[in-house]
Amino acid sequence: MNLAIALWLSQDAVTNGAIYALIALALVVVFTVTRVIFVPQGEFISYAALSLATLQSGKVPGTIYVLIGGGIIVAVLDGLAALRRRSLKSLPESTLLNIALPLAIAAAARWSASRPDDLLLQVVVTIAIVMPLGPMLYRLAFQPLANASVLVLLVIAVAAHYVLTGLGLVFFGGEGLRARMFPALQFQVGVLTISGQSIGVIVTALVLIVLLALVFGRTTYGKALRATAINRVGARLVGISSEFSGRLSFALAALIGAVSGILVAPITTIYYDTGFMISLKGFVGAIIGGMTSYPLAALGSLAVGFLESYSSFWASAFKESIVFTLIIPVLLWRSLATRRSEEEDDS
Amino acid sequence: MMRRALVLAALALLAAAPLVLPQFQVTLLNYIGLASIVTLGLVLLTGIGGLISFGQAAFVGVGAYATAVLTTKVGMSPWLTLPAGLAVTLVVSLFLGFITLRLSGHYLPLGTIAWGIAIYFVFGNLDFLGKYSGLAGIPPLTVLGWRLGDERAFYYLIWAITLLALLVTRNLLDSRNGRAIRALRNRGMMAENFGVDTARLKIIIFVYAALLAAVSGWLYAHLLRFVSPQPFGINDSIDYQFMAVIGGATELWGAVIGAALLTLLKAWLRDLLPRLMEQSGNFEIIVFGLLVIVMLHRTRDGLVPYFARLIPTPAQRLPKKVPPLPPRTQPKRDESLLQLKGVSKSFGALAAVKSLSFDMRSGEILGLIGPNGAGKSTVFNLMTGVLAADAGEICFRGKRVDNLPGRDIARCGLARTYQHVHLVPSMSVLDNAAIGAHLRGREGVLSASLRLDRAEEARLRQEAACRLDWVGLGAHLFEAAGTLPLGSQRMVEIARALCADPLLLLLDEPAAGLRYLEKQTLAKLLFSLRERGVSILLVEHDMEFVMGLVDRIVVMNFGEKLAEGSPREIQSSPEVIEAYLGSVE
Repeated sequence: MNLAIALWLSQDAVTNGAIYALIALALVVVFTVTRVIFVPQGEFISYAALSLATLQSGKVPGTIYVLIGGGIIVAVLDGLAALRRRSLKSLPESTLLNIALPLAIAAAARWSASRPDDLLLQVVVTIAIVMPLGPMLYRLAFQPLANASVLVLLVIAVAAHYVLTGLGLVFFGGEGLRARMFPALQFQVGVLTISGQSIGVIVTALVLIVLLALVFGRTTYGKALRATAINRVGARLVGISSEFSGRLSFALAALIGAVSGILVAPITTIYYDTGFMISLKGFVGAIIGGMTSYPLAALGSLAVGFLESYSSFWASAFKESIVFTLIIPVLLWRSLATRRSEEEDDS
Repeated sequence: MMRRALVLAALALLAAAPLVLPQFQVTLLNYIGLASIVTLGLVLLTGIGGLISFGQAAFVGVGAYATAVLTTKVGMSPWLTLPAGLAVTLVVSLFLGFITLRLSGHYLPLGTIAWGIAIYFVFGNLDFLGKYSGLAGIPPLTVLGWRLGDERAFYYLIWAITLLALLVTRNLLDSRNGRAIRALRNRGMMAENFGVDTARLKIIIFVYAALLAAVSGWLYAHLLRFVSPQPFGINDSIDYQFMAVIGGATELWGAVIGAALLTLLKAWLRDLLPRLMEQSGNFEIIVFGLLVIVMLHRTRDGLVPYFARLIPTPAQRLPKKVPPLPPRTQPKRDESLLQLKGVSKSFGALAAVKSLSFDMRSGEILGLIGPNGAGKSTVFNLMTGVLAADAGEICFRGKRVDNLPGRDIARCGLARTYQHVHLVPSMSVLDNAAIGAHLRGREGVLSASLRLDRAEEARLRQEAACRLDWVGLGAHLFEAAGTLPLGSQRMVEIARALCADPLLLLLDEPAAGLRYLEKQTLAKLLFSLRERGVSILLVEHDMEFVMGLVDRIVVMNFGEKLAEGSPREIQSSPEVIEAYLGSVE
């Protein structure tokens, strides 16, 4: 290995690490607020990347049907619940949010598909398609079981992952897609060629992390989420609806997933199931950070990026093995470092 | 009666199945049996013990590869490779258990995913394991010269082992250690306080689940006579968890029901959907996921607990009289029993206990009182090893105990109750109380699995029943503890502590939530205990109750000792009155 290769691997590591950091962030938010180990996070990445690539090829992505279909089911369930309560007050809002909004987004997607060179529009439409899927997923799969044990929630999460991956295969097929590069800038720093794409990824990740820190630190909604994360019952007692917190955290996760997907789409070819591996590594980063600390989760994700990048150079057959085995000592250290508090009455 | 009839009917159906069903369905039943064995381990490990594992398929692989290598490369007999495979699994699972079971909370599932994936890649990348193309030519099993070459013959072996595993696991849970295992999930601290080595038990159930998985792998290898890494990956581990959760992770039968349901569902979807949709493959996973979600929404505890409610539970009886457990010799009256010397504990900036010292003599009832937040429960937690003191010493009968783990302190003769009730709600009142007698039994996991522990078990249960009778719960022995009213649950806690036959009984607000008559019964009970030489340290808010009962009182306020003396002295102490009622300046 010479310096050029080392630098090149490092650039790769930092770029991937930034993506993992974003995912780690989303997983931490979802886990602390809802206790869901959010396996389907990866599908948001795949959906966003594939939607972007499809829009660029001038077609309307199939994810729009997932959005419309999901919206209809939510609206029907809300309607049935309203009938049972004998109060139809919430119906107009639900209809607007779950039927009218997806249709509007579908219209926007159609328009965007007719303008394959308008990158900004594509990005906006992609986020608009993927982000509402988060709260919908929470409403359909998790909300009815919000008080179940972590294990049951985890099994639901895996089942939801199956459903979304299957739908991804139906709508995008088994072929991988790759989006066009963002503005193809390239810098030459010594022996290293830095691509504009890498810089874009890192800058976006940093901006998003800072934004999230501001949201959690300064805004009422962010504080509500933190309150729910620290003490669900207490938060409910002061009037923070845990359903609302759940949907909000899933919306954030979907947003982060969508942005990550848009960022990776031009770097590698994305298949309908690529997101899962990416999110698994983000999860590793989150775990290294102890699932609670955002900056540590980001650092942990960077570490995963480096580990993966260098091990793929030295022993590519064992790449995944190495990444997942080397976690064990880290886990052990984390587990011993955090004084165990009795998790009595946890489930 | 009805349960027995159901079991017999199920057994008859199982026995008849291969004689009437077509080949394809016998194959399915074989796979259901294989999956049931693995899932059974998960029910014990995850559903009952609360330890989530996503690596069971890797252990199935260890069992399968062990026999594959030893029969094809070494030429060993399959019946010798079973113990060999189990030995390998034992070593691997002990190692993995030691490094991953110390992980708490959400670290554990990820740790198991990590080594699950790692083992899978090891299978796929090692030359002598045939890499990804696997090992072929594994010999079939022979039983007494009879070659189990076809599916139907193998069927009986698989299901005999499945039923045996069910039986052994049931025996294990219905024992001294079984009760402790059922307390692991949410009541680990309580179990430690009654002398259970929870870390050791966790390793035991982890290894047990791994061994079951390895047996399934051994059967699998000889059924298919070919192994490759493919069925031992993370997806299969996840499937086993699905089976456990859907069947009902708290019930042993849930393993079989879950395995059957998932195996059939998958086979059915694979078969039916392509015909309906005319497109191949990809719909099954969507429908499968949706069905799992809907099923769990309807029956969140799984199918077996959902339906088990409909079948009446058989009436339970205690066995006939057995000789009682030998009691401890209580120390002579008025010996030095307990000494606290300058004990301190802070939580961050909050000093919960500040340099607290007091002594207690044997045969005494000492009241520890003080306003809310004075640090009384923290003192209890320091004395029983739940918390570690920052400074100071706690000695029990001259032996320093503040640096010991809770289970060793229990061994010295301390037993406690909790301010917030710490029972295992789904377990019977009798079993809950019997946890208290854990240290008075000896029988281990192995003898329990083989039902060799019955004599001792009968004595432990009789002890529990006797203590429960004493606290007035003799009529509720077989009810689930969680269904009792709070006051009665407190009495179960006291009975459990009494089962430990303690020298010093620590009661944390025992009278809270009791009605007047119940309080009187409790007071009478405590007096009779003192007659027998048991010393009692009591935290209580009900002043009338305390003043009528105790010999001496220590008053705490803001973590410090405010006063000490007889009830009469305390009642007239101006500092105490000020702490409770505020000053009159």
